[in-house]
Parts: sequence; structure tokens; C-alpha cells
Amino acid sequence: MSSVAAAWKRLPWWVEPMSVVFVLTAFGLYSATIVLLYPGDSEQFPQYLSPFYSPPIGRPDWLPGFVTAPLFVLWIPLGFRATCYYYRKAYYRAFFWDPPACSGKAQQLDRPWAESTESYRGERALFVLNNIHRYFLYASFVVVAFLWYDAVLTFFPEGGFGVKVGSLIWVFNVTLVSAYTFSCHSLRHLVGGRVDCFSCVRGGNVRRKAYNGISRLNAKHPQWAWVSLFSLLLTDVYFRLISAGVIPDLTIIG
Amino acid sequence: MSEGNGKNPGNVTSMAHSPVPNEDLGKSGGTAKLKIFRGDAEGGQEVEYEVPLVEGMVVLDAVLAIQAEQAGDLAVRWNCKAAHCGSCSAEINGRPKLLCKTRVEEYDGEEIHVHPMRAFPVIKDLVSDVSWNYEVSKAIKPFQSSEQAPFTMYEEDVERLYEPKKCIECFMCQDVCHVLRTHHKHPEFAGPRFFVRNQWLEMHPMDEADRLADLKEDNGIGFCNITKCCTEVCPVDIKITDNSIIPLKERVASEFYDPAKWLMRKIRGNGSSRNGN
Repeated sequence: MSSVAAAWKRLPWWVEPMSVVFVLTAFGLYSATIVLLYPGDSEQFPQYLSPFYSPPIGRPDWLPGFVTAPLFVLWIPLGFRATCYYYRKAYYRAFFWDPPACSGKAQQLDRPWAESTESYRGERALFVLNNIHRYFLYASFVVVAFLWYDAVLTFFPEGGFGVKVGSLIWVFNVTLVSAYTFSCHSLRHLVGGRVDCFSCVRGGNVRRKAYNGISRLNAKHPQWAWVSLFSLLLTDVYFRLISAGVIPDLTIIG
Repeated sequence: MSEGNGKNPGNVTSMAHSPVPNEDLGKSGGTAKLKIFRGDAEGGQEVEYEVPLVEGMVVLDAVLAIQAEQAGDLAVRWNCKAAHCGSCSAEINGRPKLLCKTRVEEYDGEEIHVHPMRAFPVIKDLVSDVSWNYEVSKAIKPFQSSEQAPFTMYEEDVERLYEPKKCIECFMCQDVCHVLRTHHKHPEFAGPRFFVRNQWLEMHPMDEADRLADLKEDNGIGFCNITKCCTEVCPVDIKITDNSIIPLKERVASEFYDPAKWLMRKIRGNGSSRNGN
């Protein structure tokens, strides 16, 4: 175990749920602000498209003002993350305190707002809807494909080839988002988790290798979930700083 | 092979399974303070004991030293003292632990509170009644195959089955699970240990039984909200949530919660979509 992980484990039990609340709330407020209040910014960026506005989609004029164009795409990554097995663990612990942590002391505070402990339904009532996760996965494949397409476009500003720091940041961000998407538990199930006997099915060896590869990626799913979230944020901030002329976008080739 | 001598019959080179001998107690100079729950199902309280510290001493050593020297009626369940049998499960400072695998030194500077597992009825002191687990186990549909053992199986088909087979049935995952411990869903929820068992059965290439309806209804897998406490406490490092519970949840989702599959079944007739492929 790394020294950072060991130090993290020595912290009081409430540090982890409180940190998750802080980070997810901050990310939610930032996303809501740029998507709902500044949706037109996507047209002002000189070379790059913020990942929050990719792929760009037109918006019918008859829609009410609060339904902005990025929302036509953002429901997919939002739904994918909201139903993700890792984020479920994170928000059940952090926002619902169900339980907030594993120690006996923390479990005494399980669902402090509930009238009785016996009223607990887990994922058998409203949260049974999380079982739709695989459909958000399918839709996410389309979004990730567009993100890669937009990543390639950043290398061809105004027709010619060039490499700038912003392009590398774009690629880095899409790589992390792809790692998060392809380490999904539902994908692991679809590729091999539902198979009992690889040697009995057509293409079983390929499926087994793919399953084992996704399983290795899946072991780090929580880490991919966090780093891809932060990279989305940092990529968006970087592009805004370039757009505002605060920092230059350094050219590497071209 | 060298011959044994009178002091070491059978030429045993490790004393790991034995309680700490009296002559070793106190060699390190310090002492360890333990507050141990003394009582039964009716109630009880912590009683403080102090034992001489030995380098490398585990909490079970300390408890057995207390039992030998200070409290002969202290009840504790243990067998192998090697983290193989799962008998000495208890709670140390509110977290389920094997007493034989937890060193006293880990709690340097802290009080050590030792309690029985709280998800089950207390019999006496550190001994809980875990028999409910055996009733759950009996209710799980056993291995079924139309073929006669011994089977011919390939490594690639059974490699996933080694991990669930590591389980030593310490029931610490059951103890830490809030569905059982806090919400008392024992009649409706099988608990992590039995999802591990179900996963082994369900993914076995020769098994032909269908347990998905049982998992959804009788075993209540939907109560699990995958908060991973079971994985955190597993003494043999089974990734219970990721490799047992979530794969089973996905299979249950395919069978009962997938709208496209539901529609296909409606069109084709009401059969199960399940073929294991």
C-alpha cells in the first residue's frame, strides 16, 4: 500500500464522505453554471471545443430557455456516472450516509434522517432504476467516439497539421474518459461476465482475453472515475483561460 | 530428515499456532490494555485487562493470556490461530477482525476494545451465534449437473472460481454489512458471504441450476447498495463487491430489469433469456 493510501486510511472516518460531498457538489455547481448559464461559450473558443460542449448539437428555438444545447448530450455522461457502480457507492456513503463508513461508530449514524432502520429498501425501490446503467454505457460509446473525433480535429487547426499543448490536453482527457468508460462493470458483464463456459462458445478465447483485459482495467474503476472527472474540469478551465487570453497555447509542432 | 528431540516433538519449527508461552510474556517490557466485552444476549459491559506485551503478539494471544491468568470464564472461539479457520472473528475498535491476524502493535497508543460480532446474537463474551448463516447456506440451490463427476474442465473456464473458493467463512463480511447489522434484514437478505457462494455456483461451467430468481427474491440482492464494506474487511482479500455481487447484480439485471430483453421475451413468449453464453 502506498504511503498516501496508508495515510488516508488513518484519517477519521468522516473525512472520506465529506470529501466526496465537497468534490461532487463543486463539480455539479461548476457544470451547471457553464452549461445552463454560459452555453454560448462553445462558439467563442478559437480552436478547441470544451468537453462539456462536445459534440455540438443544434437547439430548436421553441424550447424554453433553460433547456440549453449541451443538455442534449450531457444527460448521457451524467446518467452514466449517476448509475455507475462506483459512484453509487460514493454517493450512498457520502450523501445518504447509508452507511457513511464501515466502522461500528459510523454505522450507528446510518441514515440518520430515516424514521426506522427497518424502512431501508436499498436498490429495491427508487434506486432499482440504477439497473439501467448498461443503456447509458451504450450511449456513452457514441459520446466517447465524438470526443475522439474532436480530439483529432484539434491537430488540424485551419486545415494544416500542428501540435499544441491544448491538443495534448484534449487527448489526455479523452484517454482518461475512455479508460473510465471501458472499465465499466456492465461492459465487463456483457463481454464475459455473463458467460459460464468460454470454451463452449464461439470466439470464447477472444472473449475471455477481452474479459480479463477489462477486468484489469475494472480493478482501477474508482481511480478512473475520479481522474476522468478532474481532467474534464481542468480541460475546460484550460480552454477558457486560452480563450480569455490569460495564458498562451504553446505550440510544440507546426 | 533430522530427528526430533524431546523439546520439539515432530521437529515442529513454528509455534505460530500455540498461545504465547508464559515465559515469553513481558519480554518486550511494555503492557497492553484491552477492554473486552463481558456479557451475553441480555447485556454486558467492557472490562479492562492489562497483559504483558510480547513482540509480534496478536490480539488473540492477549485474550488467551487474559483467559489463562485473569479471567478463566472469558469465552472466545478459536481454532487454527493461522487465519485459516475463520473461528476467531470479533470486532476490534468497531471493525470486524480475525483476532489471530491482528497484531496488538497495530493499536500502538490506542485503547483496544474487543467486542463480539454485532450482526448476530451474542452467546457469551466474544462468542456470537453464527448459526443463522448455516441456515442461509442450506437454502441455496446446490450444485446441479446432468453429467457425472469427475468433470473435464479447462483452466480458462474455472479461473474465476478460485477466488470465491478462498472464503474461510469467518462471516466478518456479514457482520460489517449494514443491511444485516443496522437494518436487520436477516429474513430477506442472504448477505455478502452467500453472494460469494452463489457466484461460484452460477459461474461454474458444469452447473446447470438457475438461481437468478432466488437471488432477486429470497436472497434479496437488491438490498445491497454496493458500499463495499464487505470487501474492506475480507481477511483473504476476496473482492466481494466487484467480483461476486456486481456480476450477480448484472445477471439479475439482464434477467429482470433489461427493458429490451423484457420486450423480446414478451414477443417470443415468457421464457428465461438465460443460456449462460
